[in-house]
Amino acid sequence: MSTYELLQSYWWFLISVLGAALVFLLFVQGGQTLLFSTRSDIQRTMMVNSLGRKWELSFTTLVVFGGAFFASFPLFYSTSFGGAYWLWILILLGFVLQAVSYEFRKKKGNLFGPKTFDAFLCFNGVIGCILLGEAVGMFFFGAEFTVQKGNLLDASSPAISSWASTHGFEAIFNWKNLLLGIAVLFLARMQAAFYFINTIDDVKAQKKQRKEVLINGATFVLFFVVFLIVLLLSDGYQVESDGSISVVANKYFHNFIDMWWSLIALLVGVVLVLYAYVRTIMSDEFKSGIWYSGIGTALVVMSLFWVAGYNNTPYYPSLTDPASSLTISNSSSSLFTLKVMSWVTVIIPFVVAYIAYAWYSLNKKPITQEEMNDESEHKY
Amino acid sequence: MNELTTLVDWSRAQFALTAMYHWLFVPLTLGLSVIVAIMETIYYKTHDSDWLGTTKFWMTVFGINFAMGVATGIILEFEFGTNWSNYSWFVGDIFGAPLAIEGLLAFFMEATFIAVMFFGWKKVSPRFHLTATWLTAIGASLSALWILVANSWMQYPVGMEFNPYEMRNVMDDFWALVMSPVAINKFFHSVLSGWTLAGVFVIGVSCWLLLKRRNVATALRSIKVAGWVGLIGILATLATGDGSAKVVSEVQPMKLAAMEGLYRGECGQSITAIGILNPDKKLGDDEQTYLFDISIPYGLSVLAKGHTDEFVPGIEDLLDGIELTQEGDTIKGVSYTERIERGRAAHESLRAFDLAKAEGDTTGMVLAHADLKKNFEYFGYGYFDSVEEAVPNVPMVFYSFHIMVILGGYFLLFYLVVLFFVYRREKIMTSSKLLHLLAMISIPLVWICSEAGWVTAEVGRQPWVIEGLMPAKAAVSDIPAQSVMVTFMLFAVIFTGLLAAEISIMLKYISRKSKENIDNAK
Repeated sequence: MSTYELLQSYWWFLISVLGAALVFLLFVQGGQTLLFSTRSDIQRTMMVNSLGRKWELSFTTLVVFGGAFFASFPLFYSTSFGGAYWLWILILLGFVLQAVSYEFRKKKGNLFGPKTFDAFLCFNGVIGCILLGEAVGMFFFGAEFTVQKGNLLDASSPAISSWASTHGFEAIFNWKNLLLGIAVLFLARMQAAFYFINTIDDVKAQKKQRKEVLINGATFVLFFVVFLIVLLLSDGYQVESDGSISVVANKYFHNFIDMWWSLIALLVGVVLVLYAYVRTIMSDEFKSGIWYSGIGTALVVMSLFWVAGYNNTPYYPSLTDPASSLTISNSSSSLFTLKVMSWVTVIIPFVVAYIAYAWYSLNKKPITQEEMNDESEHKY
Repeated sequence: MNELTTLVDWSRAQFALTAMYHWLFVPLTLGLSVIVAIMETIYYKTHDSDWLGTTKFWMTVFGINFAMGVATGIILEFEFGTNWSNYSWFVGDIFGAPLAIEGLLAFFMEATFIAVMFFGWKKVSPRFHLTATWLTAIGASLSALWILVANSWMQYPVGMEFNPYEMRNVMDDFWALVMSPVAINKFFHSVLSGWTLAGVFVIGVSCWLLLKRRNVATALRSIKVAGWVGLIGILATLATGDGSAKVVSEVQPMKLAAMEGLYRGECGQSITAIGILNPDKKLGDDEQTYLFDISIPYGLSVLAKGHTDEFVPGIEDLLDGIELTQEGDTIKGVSYTERIERGRAAHESLRAFDLAKAEGDTTGMVLAHADLKKNFEYFGYGYFDSVEEAVPNVPMVFYSFHIMVILGGYFLLFYLVVLFFVYRREKIMTSSKLLHLLAMISIPLVWICSEAGWVTAEVGRQPWVIEGLMPAKAAVSDIPAQSVMVTFMLFAVIFTGLLAAEISIMLKYISRKSKENIDNAK
């Protein structure tokens, strides 16, 4: 393997790590969809404030995920964002509304009232989870685009990437993508319930969230299992040694077998999520579900990214023109850029360490009704 | 108007809308974070609870504003992909790196420590809290650093070479990007202009408190901190502005000519201090440039070149490729007509390269590549149909530049006056309605000044997204213009609604707190 190939694989691995972190942190979005499950103002305030201390982290992870994708695989950025225009715009819209809603919801003079901002949070939760799941669904089930770099020289129509005229709506209404999107939504809702159990010290809230785990967890498992079956039975593209693309039956099943470590990550991840699920339902004392489920989720997401992009698999299959499909080698940045950015990644452990320390410092004391009623505390 | 032109216009409008909204909030974040950090530092050192109250008051204002900066920022990043997809490929290898580093180095720092700053008062030690406040401020400035490095590279592309195999530019010198003179000037100019803006904001609000005779001690305390931060800000902004003008004259002479509305330059070129452009003036005609102007002799030669007798080219000189020596001799450079021809030749060479590659003709590829190198410098000009396309919107650039400069000068005076009164004539500072009103009126003015700066920089570099390499019309995505029009409207409505909410929340908060004892914080 050449240094260039090694770095391309390294950056795909980093993308998978960021993707895993993002899906884990989507518990913030999942939690936002649970806000309307209670009518009690104090209960909702506790939920909002529990999530509110982490919303910037999930938001930032999305931004960094986008930035890292741009820097390491710019052809993906160019093709997917400009192509599936409406899918991405809707995602962004949700996050724009989220960014102001925490700070504005309870503030006097916010013009639209707290319920509107809570509705914005709910919108971001539903749309964010489903559409991000669907965007990843395209990594397996493909999209309708072509890439012709020569177009750059056509002054009247210079765009190198062309997409289906529906510009993302076709991807949104693709049932296979939807399977993953809905699975992500219910996963995020289950994780949010785990997180509330972990961070809110209130008997009523604890009881209610365990119910949420039961219902949302079961729905998630149902959709995820169907998605996994569809995925393992699907055909997929393979890049041959001469650079041509061929269709291989059960490509992703083969990828799991060929790359045993990704199969192990998937299985361990699934077991951890199920462990968190079962223990949370069975025991009223168990509050650590978020960590087991979180690590499990991260492992599953990483394994999905690996089978999408490694083992000579185009991670962005073109249904219109297979030769236009994006692979980690034909869409990446140059060797020089990947080297420069790889040097920068040495600070990742330091970043993770300070995030963990700040997280620990803020979560040491669980949220209580007393804290929410304390006028001197900053609250959302 | 054809479909491509409409698409480019709407895409530009959408990006301008997002960027201008974003810049309403970012400079306040940059400056206020430093002001709040200084206030908390004083509290930490003195244990004076009055300073705690003042810190918490401004910190809440900071939080209200911060949210909108974040909301508008995410769109900007993704618009490079959604609306400028060709750009993303053509230069993504260079442009993407600062963006990724920005996220990794700065955004996480900001996001992590801002949570500690707001929620950590009773959860972490005072020292850790103060560190978090400073790290939030540093994180904000670091975020600005990387995006400004990226922006500067678009204005002055360095540290890369063109790869014809992949039809894109690839980076070959990272430090050339970071240390480019455009980047250094732009970073300090933009970030420190944020200090200027936040200083005026804090002083303006404090003067409203003084006018109402509420929380006088808090107001005076705030004016002192904001006055010093703002004075440093405006001095550095003016100094780097001067540096920027010199760099612009070297790397973007067309922008400089538009900033001054200069059609034909001369040795010992004067600078227009105040002027009204003649709307009938067209490229190449003999109409007067100004209806009215007050000029400073030799001003532009000194500003741009550092000498009274240097030649500064005007728009028509640049189009003709003409320069004058100090002796008055004409030097013929490369005219824009020739640039367009050579740009088209570069396109032809690249086309030939692509064809040779498809046919496996390595000799043909080598020859085409050699041809391409001869003209690649003018690659972007090959997209133009006429030389007029290479000229930015002169009135918009001229007026925005002059508004910025005049207001910049005013703010230097403003800070000197405010600092003099608050330290030497405190009674007048406390009671002079004129001073209070002046400070309050200065709040919208400082925003106008700040936005005008970006209009100068960004409209002045049109039609380029990457100077000389890629005009806006070659950078767009393949999407219907109507789609971009719809999203433009959508964002315009949402941003405006949220801006109204932010202003309303801020006014309510300031008004409510003014009636309480701000210093009495828990």
